[in-house]
Amino acid sequence: MSSILILIDHEAGKISKTAGELATFARRAGSVTGVLLANPGEGDGLTSQLSSISIDAAVIVEDDSFSRHGIPAAVDALAQVIKAKNPTAVLIASSARGKEIAGRVAIRVGGGVITDAVDFTSELTTMQSVFGGSFNVKARVTTGIPVITMRPSSIEAEAASSSPSIEKMSVTIADSSKLVTISNVQPPVKGGRPELTEAKIVISGGRGTNGDFSQVEAMADLLGAAVGASRAATDAGWYPHTHQVGQTGKTVSPQLYIACGISGAIQHRAGMQTSKTIVAINKDPEAPIFDLADFGVVGDLFAVLPQARESIAAKRG
Amino acid sequence: MAFVKIAICVKQVPDSWAEKKMVDGRLDRQSVDAVLNDLDEYAIEEALRIVEPLNEGKETPEHTITLISMGPDRATEAIRKGLSMGADNGILVCDEALSGSDAIATSKVLADVISKNGFDLVFCGTESTDARMSVVPAMVAERLGWAQLTFAGSVKVDTNARSVEIARMTDSGVETMSASFPCVVSVIEKINEPRYPSFKGIMAAKKKQIETKSLSDIGITASDVGSSGAWSKVDSAEPRPPRAKGVKVDDGGDGGSKLADFLLEKRLV
Repeated sequence: MSSILILIDHEAGKISKTAGELATFARRAGSVTGVLLANPGEGDGLTSQLSSISIDAAVIVEDDSFSRHGIPAAVDALAQVIKAKNPTAVLIASSARGKEIAGRVAIRVGGGVITDAVDFTSELTTMQSVFGGSFNVKARVTTGIPVITMRPSSIEAEAASSSPSIEKMSVTIADSSKLVTISNVQPPVKGGRPELTEAKIVISGGRGTNGDFSQVEAMADLLGAAVGASRAATDAGWYPHTHQVGQTGKTVSPQLYIACGISGAIQHRAGMQTSKTIVAINKDPEAPIFDLADFGVVGDLFAVLPQARESIAAKRG
Repeated sequence: MAFVKIAICVKQVPDSWAEKKMVDGRLDRQSVDAVLNDLDEYAIEEALRIVEPLNEGKETPEHTITLISMGPDRATEAIRKGLSMGADNGILVCDEALSGSDAIATSKVLADVISKNGFDLVFCGTESTDARMSVVPAMVAERLGWAQLTFAGSVKVDTNARSVEIARMTDSGVETMSASFPCVVSVIEKINEPRYPSFKGIMAAKKKQIETKSLSDIGITASDVGSSGAWSKVDSAEPRPPRAKGVKVDDGGDGGSKLADFLLEKRLV
């Protein structure tokens, strides 16, 4: 039977939501071992949270190098755990950090790497959605231990009540993994709105906002949605770059995507076209965004959005 | 102060505004315009801002920028664009055996070229707009055994102390980190506004040298790279089925209400 290693992310003492997702994918292939890389003294608090995810065993490595020296230290430790456990595959969450760890670990353990998978099968094959969701690619690692990063929110984590065996492993982090010194960490500024890539509803503004995102934001707040922006809007400095949806920005795949004053250039479509339901509001009836839209309104977003908001508020009571 | 030698990894990619297609499980590069990867321009701009003040008043630049790329013959066009921005010279690793290389092989080729040419710093964009893995800079650092300073939203280089400090900006927040030379730095697009090549720059670029190297020139075995050497394999690549045609209404004063009804009926809100 396959044994899958998953790297469990955590922040501020809390296990990340992606841990349950990785465990759910890994369970399809076989037994699941979670790996926690933590600061000294942090392990116990984290292991007490493991019962809600479907894993059979956990390996805890406590070392202050992870927070002092960053990714190379994590790679060093994870590679040692992989060598000790010899798993069939390794799954990591697809974040900037997760992908960098995956790429380096793959080189170190001599395995192929696949990033941003949206599905993982018991045969260890993956599905990726590429070019902004215009192609679905099935792939597999053919050499060594597969190291695969899974895109967050690709699966609903299965509820579990597990009591994994816990093993504390001590590793030696090489000096060559301590070349970088981290002197300060500022956690992300969390606004009142959900994260763009995790939100069930995303509402985005483009050129048609003329720089005024107030209606887009008001709608977002009514619906509990995240706010996105087209590249035209972020390039113009109308909305922060971190909110850019598109080819060179973020890829989102929410239940509902509302594009306001966005023409729908390929650049933008690449970041949102796998959304389940797409709504578009645009003055130009020929805007390509309407080709994707399940529901389109040809009109001025500054008239349509407030009216829709009032109507929803009234009808929801 | 010792001279600073910077390498920048650049890639020629399909224009990010063009529709991309897959043929036989690979990106069809023939049918689309090929350009210098958008995100590499930020790396070039950042490196220029480091060397230009140091080279001020010098007849020939002492602190230099070399663009390194892997790709077909026509990738020289992408290198030429970077040279017209102000980089000094280029190296193109061009070999038929490289076709179909994965990130494992790409990082190997780039790291080999870098380690043989005595660079202090490597700059990269965070990702190419075609593959979008954003793993190659970290993998190059792994192969070279150099410090990894990636996803930089700001870069400070101290050429006397021979050290670099960056602010790494990702969804996990902002981390201030530093390391001594040699380092691999990748920059995010927020870091600067890349310049347009000037006419003078374009003319000067025509005279700048682009050295083309084959795999045997850099001592890499053909079977270690390309599709035969890839450690992963595409089984199939299918276009996503087109979306069903939707409803489009003109706002005759009730567009907002109609939109609200649609969302409520579908239980989306």
